[in-house]
Amino acid sequence: MSGFLQNTFNGLVGGAFYALLALGLAVIFGMLRVVNFAHGAFYMLGAFGAYVLLAEAGVPFWAALVIMPLALGLLGMVLERAVIHRLTRLDPLYNFLLTFGLTLILQDLVKSRYGVQSSPYATPAELSGTVDFGLFDFPTYRVFILGFTVLLCVAVWWVLGRTRVGMVVRAATERPELTRAFGIDVGRWVTPVFGFGIALAGLAGVLAAPMRAVNPLMGADLIIVVFAVVVIGGLGSIFGSVAAGFGIGLIQAWGEAYLSDFPIVSQTVVFVVMAAVLLWRPAGLFGREEAPA
Amino acid sequence: MLRIENLSAWYGEAQVLREVSLEVATGEVVTLVGRNGAGKSTLLRSVMGLHPGQRGTVSFGDRDVTKLPAHKRARLGLGWVPDDRGAYATLTVTENLTLPPRVGPDPWPLERVYEAFPALYTRRDSAATMLSGGEQQMLALARVLRMGARLLLCDEPTEGLSPLLVQQVGDLLREAKKHGVTVLLVEQNLHFATGVADRHYLLAEGRIAEAMDNSEVRSRERELLAYLGI
Repeated sequence: MSGFLQNTFNGLVGGAFYALLALGLAVIFGMLRVVNFAHGAFYMLGAFGAYVLLAEAGVPFWAALVIMPLALGLLGMVLERAVIHRLTRLDPLYNFLLTFGLTLILQDLVKSRYGVQSSPYATPAELSGTVDFGLFDFPTYRVFILGFTVLLCVAVWWVLGRTRVGMVVRAATERPELTRAFGIDVGRWVTPVFGFGIALAGLAGVLAAPMRAVNPLMGADLIIVVFAVVVIGGLGSIFGSVAAGFGIGLIQAWGEAYLSDFPIVSQTVVFVVMAAVLLWRPAGLFGREEAPA
Repeated sequence: MLRIENLSAWYGEAQVLREVSLEVATGEVVTLVGRNGAGKSTLLRSVMGLHPGQRGTVSFGDRDVTKLPAHKRARLGLGWVPDDRGAYATLTVTENLTLPPRVGPDPWPLERVYEAFPALYTRRDSAATMLSGGEQQMLALARVLRMGARLLLCDEPTEGLSPLLVQQVGDLLREAKKHGVTVLLVEQNLHFATGVADRHYLLAEGRIAEAMDNSEVRSRERELLAYLGI
């Protein structure tokens, strides 16, 4: 029983990273109709940035948790203005080429300076140790990640669902042209929304630094699963991406724990789920068919 | 209020509007009738600034808006009632109503909207696409009234409505007209059109084929209906 609870908890923590990354991809896709293949690279930059800040400038985890999302959000906004916004009028193939190219550039820039070896990042002292849940102990840092991510998702949900800004973003996401006809300058919202999505990826990266290997390829490994998560949740669906993120985290953790004798199954279960969902609901679990403009 | 001069528009290679010129004076209700594909909706979309391939000029008030993007035209007082009613699935009824900023001198307060449309009030927290077709049409009209738009561009607001609702739409447009609101209306229902409008343009193959007044439309109703294929 305690083993099951522990696996479940681990699944939720893994799912928290998927949820943060998928959430950013969902708001970006919703507003820009751009699938950001560079999302994993920004996650990596978040983790690497935290590592560099600590190792070379002594900046602690808590400061990095604020600095990196802000800096990467800003970088995202600059990239959106410089190149990404040109994609809207082009064939979707360019979307893939540009954002995948960005991934390679960012990864290799980091590689050329720091190599491919993983760098250690110490868990902040305040969050070391374990929390006693009665039936099992759990690392304090992981409890923090889970709580922090859930709060963040609820906050994003609240802003999107209950504020004027959220209403405009929802309207512009659902029907950009109609929304312009109602006096809203949709274009003005695109850059900050892109920056926000990138900031979430950077934040996930900082959170990952103390518990995962920090190296230039850490994002590339993760992003494949995140895309499966986004497809399962429904491309562009905020709620779907978060729910599917946690769901896939759980399925993966259970798969690894109870199907470890069948590595082929445990490693592919996410994609089997994705294929099944696509056959059953082509728009994803919470996605809607594209509405006419 | 609205002046269109030599407006041409294309969908790719196909020209859908050919040198259309027309004027609508302040407080007038003018309809565009024509067969499917005659270019009526394209004309409204061009006035709204939503049709990219176009040539000619569009003036609103005393201002040339040809180069203005759609959101700026809306802020000058253009209100669009799209042919698909434009209800947002991810917004509640209240949010659908309050999404556009107030733009005119006489925007309806939300309370007045709900007084005039009790059905919308009872469903105010539902997703707008959960409303019936008729209710969605009311929502689309109520939205531009709440905006306080000075020129309403209505694309077949009576399509698919019951006779009772058609009458209600007519009452609303007459009421708006009384308050100085100008309306350019795409309409296939000639009976409805002569009941609310001052003048009519017949659009055929992208051109203004005829300009008619109410008595002319009434006396030629049979011929026109046959032409429109209704």
